[in-house]
Amino acid sequence: MKSVLRIQDTVYRFFDSDIWYSFKKSKVTIAAACVTVIMILSAFTAPWIAPHNTFDPATLDLMDAFTPPVWYEDGTPKFLLGTDDQGRDIFSTILYGSRISLFVAFASMLLAMILGVTLGLVSGYLGGAIESIIMRIADVQISFPAILIVLLISGLARSVLPNVRHEEMAVWVLIFAIGISNWVHFARTVRGSTMVEKNMEYVQSARVIGRRRATIMFRHILPNVMGPVLVIGTIGLAVAVLTEATISFLGVGVPPTEPSLGTLIRIGQSFLFAGEWWIVIFPGVALVILVLAVNLLGDWMRDALNPKLR
Amino acid sequence: MPALIIRRIIQSVLVMLTVAVVAFTLFRYVGDPVSQMVGQETTIAEREQLREDLGLNDPIIVQFVRFALNTVQGKFGISFRLGRPVNELFAERLPATLELSLVAALFSLVVGIPMGVYTGLYPDRVLSKVFQTISLIGISLPTFLIGILLILFFGVLLSWLPTFGRGDVIQLGWWSTGLLTASGLKAVVMPAFTLGMFQLTLIMRLVRSEMMEVLRTDYIKFARARGLTNRTVHFGHALKNTLVPVITITGLQLGSIIAFAIITETVFQWPGMGLLFLQSIQFADVPVMSTYLILIAFFFVVINLIVDILYHVVDPRLRFDKSVVLGH
Amino acid sequence: MRTKTLLMVLVLSVVLAIPAWAKTLRFAFQGDAKSMDPYSLNETFQLGFLNNIYEGLIQRGPDLEIKPSLAEKWEVMEPTRWRFYLRKGVKFHDGSPFTADDVIFSATRVRAKGSDLKTRIAADTKVVKVDDYTVDFITSAPNPILYVEWGTWYIMSKSWTEKNNAVTPESATGEGENYATRHANGTGPFKLVSHEAGVKTVNEVNPDWWDKANHNVTKVIFTQVANDATRVAALLSGQVDMAYPIPVQDMKRVDGNADSRMLVGPELRTIFLGMDQYRDELLHSTVKGKNPFKDKRVRQAFFQAIDIEAIKKKVMRGLSEPSAMMIAPGVNGGGNPKFKRLGYDPAGAKKLLADAGYADGFEVGMDCPNDRYVNDEAICLAVVSMMAKVGIKVNLLAQPKAKYFPKVLAPKLDTSFYLLGWTPGSFDSWNVIYNIHGCPSETGSGKFNLGRYCNPKVDALAVQILSETDQAKRNAMIEEAWTMTINDIAYIPLHQQALAWGVRNNVELKQRPDNQFDWRHVVIK
Repeated sequence: MKSVLRIQDTVYRFFDSDIWYSFKKSKVTIAAACVTVIMILSAFTAPWIAPHNTFDPATLDLMDAFTPPVWYEDGTPKFLLGTDDQGRDIFSTILYGSRISLFVAFASMLLAMILGVTLGLVSGYLGGAIESIIMRIADVQISFPAILIVLLISGLARSVLPNVRHEEMAVWVLIFAIGISNWVHFARTVRGSTMVEKNMEYVQSARVIGRRRATIMFRHILPNVMGPVLVIGTIGLAVAVLTEATISFLGVGVPPTEPSLGTLIRIGQSFLFAGEWWIVIFPGVALVILVLAVNLLGDWMRDALNPKLR
Repeated sequence: MPALIIRRIIQSVLVMLTVAVVAFTLFRYVGDPVSQMVGQETTIAEREQLREDLGLNDPIIVQFVRFALNTVQGKFGISFRLGRPVNELFAERLPATLELSLVAALFSLVVGIPMGVYTGLYPDRVLSKVFQTISLIGISLPTFLIGILLILFFGVLLSWLPTFGRGDVIQLGWWSTGLLTASGLKAVVMPAFTLGMFQLTLIMRLVRSEMMEVLRTDYIKFARARGLTNRTVHFGHALKNTLVPVITITGLQLGSIIAFAIITETVFQWPGMGLLFLQSIQFADVPVMSTYLILIAFFFVVINLIVDILYHVVDPRLRFDKSVVLGH
Repeated sequence: MRTKTLLMVLVLSVVLAIPAWAKTLRFAFQGDAKSMDPYSLNETFQLGFLNNIYEGLIQRGPDLEIKPSLAEKWEVMEPTRWRFYLRKGVKFHDGSPFTADDVIFSATRVRAKGSDLKTRIAADTKVVKVDDYTVDFITSAPNPILYVEWGTWYIMSKSWTEKNNAVTPESATGEGENYATRHANGTGPFKLVSHEAGVKTVNEVNPDWWDKANHNVTKVIFTQVANDATRVAALLSGQVDMAYPIPVQDMKRVDGNADSRMLVGPELRTIFLGMDQYRDELLHSTVKGKNPFKDKRVRQAFFQAIDIEAIKKKVMRGLSEPSAMMIAPGVNGGGNPKFKRLGYDPAGAKKLLADAGYADGFEVGMDCPNDRYVNDEAICLAVVSMMAKVGIKVNLLAQPKAKYFPKVLAPKLDTSFYLLGWTPGSFDSWNVIYNIHGCPSETGSGKFNLGRYCNPKVDALAVQILSETDQAKRNAMIEEAWTMTINDIAYIPLHQQALAWGVRNNVELKQRPDNQFDWRHVVIK
């Protein structure tokens, strides 16, 4: 009961707050939010709104391959944005593809953020041996480009999991790998800011009045170091999508039978010189719009949530 | 300060050791080099013999100890793929990668900081919005696609810039440089742009957000109240205070620039370590791969060390902090 | 300071500028010659590259016809003794003369530990010097195809290798670098200047070559450009004179460019699908307790479910030759009109599956490389969707070759259904019958028979084919062997991919069907 009240309270406070106000004020942010919501929704509902189920190989016809978009002479209304090299409808593949991309990106970023922020706070605030251990692990970790970490984890997964399962697990392997490879940026930044914050008066006084260390870290310091975290988080979201694309570029990402946006770009780029631009440009545009919207939202969130700017 | 440095160096050695372990473990899963070291008609018995000769059949512990001992002595082995000592290969490729990375980092700093300062100072001007948009679109495209689009426009359609390689290089001792010849300079433009694009965005956004934050702090208000000129306030006080995170990120990014040069080098066929590494992944050339990882880790450790020291130089508050931690 | 250096460089480059008559050939390939040691790796590009620097006793012409090279002529003294008469007055690049001692040395070296070309001369073949310019090869059994692979067995200088401590082929297990890895001393039309693997290899013309040069090239610069798009761009923008392979989708672009053109031709490699016909239960399938591929009807259903013309038209853009046989028409025994592909018939395939007891289809895992053959992954994807139409759910695992080959090759043979390509190095059917169709055994038969198809009658024929010297009889036996394996549906042959070379218009050259680039025939205008 108490928690319900608390949530209600939070909701009221939210609509009454500067945050809501600044959101209403910024047209760009509203647009970005709309685009993000639409893209997330359409990705989520892809199985119902997509004209073709591109994940079902039985529905594909190779003879449909390389059909240009509808406004070309060879185009057909059946495939609004044309087809790729396997005869998959580009529009449907984008919907299905962004579903996978978004899922991988969000899940891995969440993992990275939880891990990185916690470790960054702890090491920045507590210092000493804990800090050394965490930061040295970070050093080791950051010595390995994400690509290598994914290779390692997918290699391990391949040797542990039976092959038939491997395809199904590919997405989870990716999420885990990309998440693990990104926590360091959060941790280092949070640690840096925490080291500065903890000498501030408000922390000192919280300590003086005997607040618990966890409370100080997560209730007092955390909100004040969230700014950079959100900046890194939004960029990180884009990075996650691009990492996924790069991993697929190397041939170890999501299986080509169920392509993500990144895989689509990877496949499509080899047809760019041949003039079949739609295979790469449409997924590329979808990706740019998605990332752009998310980044704009992140920027706004950063300005709105930072207590120092209020 | 010296105590700090010594402690960090000891830690760095530990880091390197860990990397060696991980590098070694990693490569047990990348594939089998033997199937590519021999042609299609080599018999299974001969393949098995080669595997035996390479020590791939020994227990993992034996392999690792051998690997670690050799690494410590600076013996990185012979490349499976090229039959040449790995040290030599890297000595040849190192200048190419470092030159590309430094040019890219320089490009991202020289362009990124002013853009960040400008957008931070004047967030509502049209130019700021343009900068913001460009930077956002820039990071939303995968590196390899940027590279290929650049090649398509400037290499093929306009024929302005070379599409692959380093151009002519000049040998300065063991260092080969492409920055002293016209063709070398032309060749570095597109790869450096591709590689630096992402860092540029990161730096610009970081400088911008830090600037905006600092400008609202009290001491900037005091500085203004004291009647200091805008110029002194902006660059003497505000910019200086944004430098801590910028240094961290740039330092960290320099390492990842070198690491992420892999893709740029592949797209532009830039004869650096990244290209060597990628070719080695495809071949499961373990000696080259592990050396690369250890080398990259070494760069990171050194860069981290420098960043940490700079931290202390730039932000005096941290010196105080350290003594608190020590006394804690 | 900087400007001064720049100026100096400019002045230097003017002084050193190549004279107008010099013709430089710049070309790019997707891979690189790993070593300049001619016995270190049995791989098409490396051997083809070294063919310009080194020479064998025989050589292959533009159409793969066998021609004399370092041997002027040869004769069969008795069925097991061949006599080769060597060319006189030939010099290695270092100036030392070429004699019988070099041939005997090379015969030893090519069979030494570390050599990847041991199969060029059987281990029990004796090489005997008759005089300085005559050598006998004594085999243990008659061998009608003794020298057919010698076009890539290059003769090395005995004195040079001894002087430079390179008497055995390199081995990656050694401590240091083998001298022959980055240096070469052949008798061929070009001399190696420098070799930086993965970066650049420079060669210059050998003015003292024994043969009359048909080319007008004075310098050859080779660069590896692994990325497809970059390689095409380098050709289109004129930074290289020749590049290969060109991805099938970019051929139109290369042809459409005013300054470049495509050279295409059939390649000898055959791409095919294989099925595990040995295990009692497939490793990767939902069918438990039995192996569906042991049933010929299932194999036939798979065969007829594949629309090879669609693959040719869409995946290969018309640049493939659907094949009924496991060998290309250019291979001895290939192109036999007697053999026809089973037609594309999804309804028939479904019926066959139903007859075999799989009316509801089944799932099977498929292994596929994604960086080995032309559009390999795209072909596999197409197969997945074609199989889905007859009720077979194929779980595709497409991997880079470094992971793919260890998985599917012996000893693991961890595959149920896979895509592979094969070129017989001898350009003869026996190689394919023995390696791909032979029952796997310790002796080496069936080394690449990953599905372990086994027909003892085919094996017996293979033994006879090897030693039969009567060409007509031999060819009849080859045809018989093919009849049996094709009736068995041992494999599903798909096609021969096309060679795809991109050439600038100022360059004339000859394309060899084995995808080797012979600089002997390059003329630059």
